[in-house]
Amino acid sequence: MATKLPEVDAVVVGLGWTGGILAKELTQAGLKVVALERGPLRTPGSDYALPGVRDELRFVHRHDLMQNTARDTLTVRNNIKQEALPMRRLGSFLPGEGVGGSAIHWSGGTWRWTDMEFKIRSHYEERYGKNFIPADMTIQDWGITYAELEPYYDRFEKTAGVSGKAGNLRGKIQAGGNPFEAPRQNEYPMPPLKPILAAEMFNAATKNLGYHPFPRPNANASRAYTNPDGSRFGACQYCGYCQRFGCEANAKGSPHITVIPIAMANPNFELRPHAWVTRVLKDSTGKRVTGVLYTNVLNGEEYEQPANMVLLCAYAINNVHLMLLSGIGQPYDPVSQKGVIGKNYSYQNGVNARLFFEDKNFNPFMAAGGSSDLIDDFNADWNFDRGPVGALGGYNISAGFNTALPIGYRPVPPGTPAWGTQWKAATAKWYQTAMGINSSGSVMSNRYNYFDLDPTYKNAFGLPLMRMTFDYPENERKMGQHAADTVNAIAKAMNPTRMAPATSRSSWTVVPYQSTHNTGGTIMGTNPGNSAVNKYLQSWDCHNLFVVGANVFPHNAAYQPTGLVGALSYWTADAIKNRYLKNPTQLVSA
Amino acid sequence: MKDDGINRREFLKGAVAGSAVATTAAVGLTSAPAEAQQKPAAPANPGYSFLSLDEAAFVEAVVDHMVPADQYSPKGTDLGINIFIDRALGGGWGKGDRMYMQGPWKQGHPNQGYQLPLRPAELYRAGIAATNAYCKKTYSKSFDQLPAEQKQEVLVGLQGNKIKFDSGLPANTFFSQMYQTVMEGMFADPIYGGNRNKAGWKMIGFPGVVAVHAQNIEKFRDKKFTAEPLSISDLS
Repeated sequence: MATKLPEVDAVVVGLGWTGGILAKELTQAGLKVVALERGPLRTPGSDYALPGVRDELRFVHRHDLMQNTARDTLTVRNNIKQEALPMRRLGSFLPGEGVGGSAIHWSGGTWRWTDMEFKIRSHYEERYGKNFIPADMTIQDWGITYAELEPYYDRFEKTAGVSGKAGNLRGKIQAGGNPFEAPRQNEYPMPPLKPILAAEMFNAATKNLGYHPFPRPNANASRAYTNPDGSRFGACQYCGYCQRFGCEANAKGSPHITVIPIAMANPNFELRPHAWVTRVLKDSTGKRVTGVLYTNVLNGEEYEQPANMVLLCAYAINNVHLMLLSGIGQPYDPVSQKGVIGKNYSYQNGVNARLFFEDKNFNPFMAAGGSSDLIDDFNADWNFDRGPVGALGGYNISAGFNTALPIGYRPVPPGTPAWGTQWKAATAKWYQTAMGINSSGSVMSNRYNYFDLDPTYKNAFGLPLMRMTFDYPENERKMGQHAADTVNAIAKAMNPTRMAPATSRSSWTVVPYQSTHNTGGTIMGTNPGNSAVNKYLQSWDCHNLFVVGANVFPHNAAYQPTGLVGALSYWTADAIKNRYLKNPTQLVSA
Repeated sequence: MKDDGINRREFLKGAVAGSAVATTAAVGLTSAPAEAQQKPAAPANPGYSFLSLDEAAFVEAVVDHMVPADQYSPKGTDLGINIFIDRALGGGWGKGDRMYMQGPWKQGHPNQGYQLPLRPAELYRAGIAATNAYCKKTYSKSFDQLPAEQKQEVLVGLQGNKIKFDSGLPANTFFSQMYQTVMEGMFADPIYGGNRNKAGWKMIGFPGVVAVHAQNIEKFRDKKFTAEPLSISDLS
């Protein structure tokens, strides 16, 4: 029997960027907020400190900051005819666990998603006709606009300390920035990071080819910085240990050095780490949630935390899992195409080429998380004609370094033996003289890519694992091939001594690591028939439940998701503070 | 090809005469060969916590074959890769502390990843036994006793799944895990027992635990950064 605790105004499930932003905003608005985080509370000064933080084996290969699959994982399969099997250890994606969430170990890539995504179906139909969109492609307009989100992007960029160069300032194209970005009211809060040789070479080569290179906008502070909330950042030290590590310089924009400590200093806030939420509770009408059930994983005891409002702020996949476990909304069925919970799971596509230069020295170990330049010509430029490609979406291309550590990163040219003196000779020769060109591509949602509960496998709490059914549809294979061709053309133009060309991905596999950009499952939309939440991330089924994260994206773009996730968190916080609290009901009439 | 593996193993099996003798003999047998440029400063073999003598002989033979002594680094056992592997298998990772280990067990499609009902240490143990059984059947010798060409043949056979174990254990799954641990033992921080004297890092010019590169990043643009690498223990 669960111990029933006193009611609070709001319970936040999961304390990373989304939970941190909402906890800070709502406690400042006077609400009593409890945050339940399944992982531990780590302290930056001790847990992300020198020299222990510089441990590739522990943090990259043993997944020290990540979800522990012994306790909870997913089952995976490529299609509905297969039997799903458990992901027995992490691989393709790496959800974080503990206070700060995945935003402890992210690299900081921060983008503004635009109306190209938010109005995707209407834009493509208008330009290419209805028949250009495959029948099984379940993309839809999101019901939100860039203009609505612009101030919230600005706010998140300032909170997270993003370094970059504007490409479109209030409609005026800026030299050195991304000319294809949507108009922004303000410059980035800091100038770009220091350039590195690989990025400069890529920049020169792509400019020469007529493309429009620019430095990656990234939440690594290019100089000491104090954000508008007074949170202080150190300058990035280009230590080379960014992705999958906590930052000992406090230079990476993360919630544990910004919004979370502000919430924690507020007497309205209480954090309970090691608190694993197993269910969102509903009242007898099913129209309201009443709180959550959780287990204290330090002693196994179960608690009911009643709350006037529930904010699901866990990793995107785990938010969807909780909705399915709690029986909120109708689960999606890919055969009948009825139901919405679990619908439109998407991932990202990618290709990469390796270039070997006998006469260069790249120092791959000196880099920030964002030490790369990009082109967005095949993504955000609507003039990129998708007609001849026969596919929707796009990809950006980048070159530079991020966390090129020697257990995981030892490039050798194709045909090199895997061990012995020849392998050692090649490894010694090329570690510092090779560079990569990578593309990151969108994945359009598809009828058969979705989440539901696994019929066989259970987690440590006896609850069904989430089942992920996913493969790259034909659209993504075509666009992936286009990306590989473009990447290889750029690589050849750079005239390397040797080259390992990019190839398109064929089908999705759970190993090796690809990207922690899992989206969809409780998508936003214009009505309860096509979505799980409205544009304010409010559940259509239970008005006092908000589901915050990349799980609300109806499809996945080429960009990293965090810029949009952060903007939506502030947008939702404002909707709750300014509208919902005054009149607690559906913010959008169905 | 020196066969110090058998000498030491046979010696240790019969070594009941006293630790002073054993220590002297072990140091004598594992000292770096003349061609290695960097001699290990620490004792070459601090002892095994997980591997049996037969398993240790196998692992030593593998790491010395994959990482031979040459102008790039001392050999695998002089880097402590065998010790790294022993510690990894005996520790939390080897025990599968973060692995989902509930059945039912099915092999599924390769895209679904690792599906054996074995934790890393169990897979290692079963893989060594199966490889040695294969070697004895094929060459009438255990792996560590084979000449270099036959060791190479066996490793290539495991890697490409050309060797089929009678036990049903998939050879390349064992090989992939073993290969991964050899690489980890060569390039992980020396606090884990491998990469002794940071020889793996020196081979490629990786500087290790550098706190700051904010100045270096401009100063060493397109230039070699030649610093003595630092490990976690150097800064602790």
